[in-house]
Amino acid sequence: MRNPLSKTITTIEPSGIRKFFDIVSEMDDAISLGVGEPDFDTPWHIRDEGIYSLEKGRTFYTSNAGLKELKIEISRYLDRRFGLSYDYNKEMLVTVGGSEAIDIAMRAMLDPQDEVLIPQPSYVSYVPCCVLANGTPVPIELKAENEFRLTAEELEAAITPKTKLLVMPFPNNPTGAVMEKKDLEAVAEVVKKHDLFVLSDEIYAELTYLDNHVSIASIPGMRERTIVINGFSKSHAMTGWRLGYACGPEVIIKQMLKIHQFAIMCAPTTSQYAAVEALRNGDEDVAMMREEYNGRRRYVLERFKEMGLSCFEPFGAFYAFPCIKDLGMTSDEFATKLLQTKKVAVVPGTAFGACGEGFLRISYAYSLDDLRIALDRVAEFVTEIREIKN
Amino acid sequence: MREKILTFIEKNSRIDTQELAVILGVDETAVMNELEAMEQEGIICGYHTLINWDKAGVEKVTALIEVRVTPQRGMGFDKVAERIYNYPEVNSVYLISGGFDLMVTLEGKTLREISQFVSDKLSALDQVLSTKTNFILKKYKDHGTVMAPKAKDERIMMA
Repeated sequence: MRNPLSKTITTIEPSGIRKFFDIVSEMDDAISLGVGEPDFDTPWHIRDEGIYSLEKGRTFYTSNAGLKELKIEISRYLDRRFGLSYDYNKEMLVTVGGSEAIDIAMRAMLDPQDEVLIPQPSYVSYVPCCVLANGTPVPIELKAENEFRLTAEELEAAITPKTKLLVMPFPNNPTGAVMEKKDLEAVAEVVKKHDLFVLSDEIYAELTYLDNHVSIASIPGMRERTIVINGFSKSHAMTGWRLGYACGPEVIIKQMLKIHQFAIMCAPTTSQYAAVEALRNGDEDVAMMREEYNGRRRYVLERFKEMGLSCFEPFGAFYAFPCIKDLGMTSDEFATKLLQTKKVAVVPGTAFGACGEGFLRISYAYSLDDLRIALDRVAEFVTEIREIKN
Repeated sequence: MREKILTFIEKNSRIDTQELAVILGVDETAVMNELEAMEQEGIICGYHTLINWDKAGVEKVTALIEVRVTPQRGMGFDKVAERIYNYPEVNSVYLISGGFDLMVTLEGKTLREISQFVSDKLSALDQVLSTKTNFILKKYKDHGTVMAPKAKDERIMMA
């Protein structure tokens, strides 16, 4: 029999996050700090609206680009929260989560050999999506001393004549890093100078703890070269509803819509109705969750300080990214041993790019009670490692 | 800061002040001072425990009693409310808008104990015009806490 598989797909590694999960689910009293989604249930009024739409029999396809009502609400929301203005008719597309938007944006924009700059550590799907779109991923290694922000110099150094697209994964999973306005302005200068495009994944935009999130598309001259990706998963605790969106110049959105139309048809109808409610009456829920995460964030940071692990202060998402380099273990060894001996699951930084070596992703999308127990165990573990070392 | 402290301890009064200070991003002494001041000022009126007595195997009956009363000249409802809330078996007394005046919640060991209280003590008050006793059959949610066991964390390590 012939090989049924494409050469491209076999070169792609499976995600490194799930590796530990299978062990965790076998253990009885294991606790996890590894999950990348909110611990809150979707606010009830949003769920209720989804149920209501089902009761009313709204069970058909919506138009390809999404429900008009929802698109209008999205454009109002982006304006009120981030000062972005998009024509809901021509510059917006409702997708199956932010993930679909990443995929179709790359497919719509890349030709073979086009280089895509991907700052790392970052979410696991940019590289595979780029490869599947026949692009060439080029990682940019972000540095702890820059609080894992992308600098203009790092960007400049990675650009070649083949560079077409820059992925901007901020607020960042796994580091929790944010880009402030001044950081974005510096990057934007380089982007414009080299005539690049930007795929800005802003799925964590609502979860920032320093200032309001700034979208790179709001920097002068960037709107016409940026695809903004956002969604409801993290902001409204709606991961399972699979609902996101992409906004950008009409020329790009039009082509993305074609891929979406033929591959997906439309985003889930129930989710779209629920999302209308989320945007109309959900701002307070978002604020409440942000406040809650912020308290946990401070708690987790304090605990790492007590353990003597260095950790820059993350101002976004719901992750901390402590450094374990002085413990004489790789991230993978640490995570494996921690799980075996203390039954706590964390994700090694290397799951998000080679430069994540020496770091761990700690999710604080857990209740304080859970965090307390888990971090007590991590602290015991760190003490034991230090005793063995000395 | 007061509102933040109160919002937090309303749900979790047992947290230690050092941890609370870390979570709120403020100084521990400041938190302790505020707590003490709010206790003094009567803003914090007590620290209670939410108990599922059913699970503890202790028989308890709770009743919500709607009471219609005649207000008294110069005192409104306060005087009669005081006569009612002074009974230790009375849990709470609220002045209510609508079809009746006072909502009295009462906890007792048996139905009989409660009905005795209503007939002997509550209805016997001069100002009380009528009462309507509603017994609680099951508590689904109390003080913002759902009484059903928490669902297991089904999230998987994926994103």
